[in-house]
Amino acid sequence: MYSEKVMDHFLNPRNVGTIEDANGIGEVGNTVCGDIMKIYLKIENDIITDVKFHTFGCGSAIASSSIATEMIKGKSINEALELSNKAVVEALDGLPAHKIHCSVLAEEAVKAAIKDYYDKNHIQYDSSLFNVKH
Amino acid sequence: MNNKFIYFDHASTTAVKPQVLEAMLPYFTEKYGNASTIYSLGQESKKAIDEAREKVALALGANPQEIFFTGSGSESDNWAIKGIAYANREKGKHIITTAIEHHAILHSCQFLEKEGFEVTYIPVDKDGLVDPGQVESAIRPDTVLISVMFANNEIGTIQPIDEIGKIAREKGVYFHTDAVQAIGNVHINVKDMNIDLLSISGHKFYGPKGIGCLYVRKGTKITSFMHGGAQERGKRASTENIPGIVGLGKAIEIASANIDAYNAKLVELRDRTISEIIKTIPYAKLNGHRNQRLPGNVNISFEYIEGESLLLLLNKNGIAASSGSACTSGSLDASHVLLAIGLPHEIAHGSLRLSLGDENTQEDIDYLLEVLPPIVEKLREMSPLFEKMKA
Ligand SMILES: Cc1ncc(COP(=O)(O)O)c(C=O)c1O
Ligand SMILES: [Zn+2]
Repeated sequence: MYSEKVMDHFLNPRNVGTIEDANGIGEVGNTVCGDIMKIYLKIENDIITDVKFHTFGCGSAIASSSIATEMIKGKSINEALELSNKAVVEALDGLPAHKIHCSVLAEEAVKAAIKDYYDKNHIQYDSSLFNVKH
Repeated sequence: MNNKFIYFDHASTTAVKPQVLEAMLPYFTEKYGNASTIYSLGQESKKAIDEAREKVALALGANPQEIFFTGSGSESDNWAIKGIAYANREKGKHIITTAIEHHAILHSCQFLEKEGFEVTYIPVDKDGLVDPGQVESAIRPDTVLISVMFANNEIGTIQPIDEIGKIAREKGVYFHTDAVQAIGNVHINVKDMNIDLLSISGHKFYGPKGIGCLYVRKGTKITSFMHGGAQERGKRASTENIPGIVGLGKAIEIASANIDAYNAKLVELRDRTISEIIKTIPYAKLNGHRNQRLPGNVNISFEYIEGESLLLLLNKNGIAASSGSACTSGSLDASHVLLAIGLPHEIAHGSLRLSLGDENTQEDIDYLLEVLPPIVEKLREMSPLFEKMKA
């Protein structure tokens, strides 16, 4: 059902936890659909120097969060904003069709955390940046 | 990791017993005759079907003429619901069932609603019990069928079937029960319990898959399910699945003979599992009735975690189990049964069903109790809901 990559990230998730002095936090998902992701960012000079996550959800939700944190760590904000759910799926060597929403959630969580950073720091932004394309 | 394999998913399906397989095998190769033929080879098949029918009838307290073999539990359920609805249209178009039925019942009812029938879905209490009084109040002059499952496949709750049967009989309404999970675990007598129709399925009690039966009380008005040849007294055309029928007969014979010992063994394993899990893992809650439940059913919700990830980690440790989580069903909804007993979505998503059976031992439970707590803890350490709760 799941690729080896998904299982690896599910069984050995990278960057699990919280960041005490995070300056961007994004939480997406809801209990009805059964997946909630929370991403913590530490951003210094436009660079994501640290990232952690907490996820309530299925195997692919946990794997998607884990790989998304790996994909944005050390990257600039602009690079992180380009992270798409498709890229997450590809990096995981695919997800079953009914699990694609988990990768969408990972993209949304990263964007929500960056938006939170912008809002907290009163940085102007183009709101269309945060429209997630499914 | 290791080569351990422990099967705790008997409510999903079971392994065919060696004696059952042995009884079936000749009917694939040597005794392959079509039971509708007059030569000896065919008549041997007919005899095998008759014998199996007698075994099933004996186990249910029915007459052999009241037993109709079908292709599965789902088929039996579909037939009971649609067959009664269509055959009794001049009486009315109202059906009563419950909110926690198997989808084979619920989706059949929803299909009939689109065809103009009306269905009342009786709710259940927090333990998953149906109130017979509520069933009685729901009966209308145009009610043609009451369908209440004997025991629930997810939470194991056993319904007061004899009380409901009595009400249905007094009111002159047909009463169907889906006994797919109950058979082999609970004593059933269709006469004493005033049951008019009852569904069973071979693969839930160590028989083969793809074979079931519907008991239909003599005199019940029901349409044929499958049109074609005259098999099953014209009610269900199809050349019979003779190995399956023989297997079902053998399996029900074994199950009936061992029911009390089987029940006692499972209850002991079940009760230990439930009490140890609740004692050792915080924020764990039993779903379903504490005592009025299937002997092998354990269903526990672990707050703050999601069921599929729990199952994957158990599988990693060689344990096969199941969950009411949305993510394991392919839909986005948590189990309708867990929602019907009033669980909030996030708790319904975090349920674990362990259904114990024949091969399970106290050592299996020891092992489960060893590996489960750290798995739950690991997932909670990752959970934003747990983090919020602790804050
Ligand atoms: C209560 C109940 N009814 C019906 C069925 C369907 O039986 P089958 O798998 O034989 O179609 C099942 C099995 O999942 C069940 O648990
Ligand atoms: Zn999911």
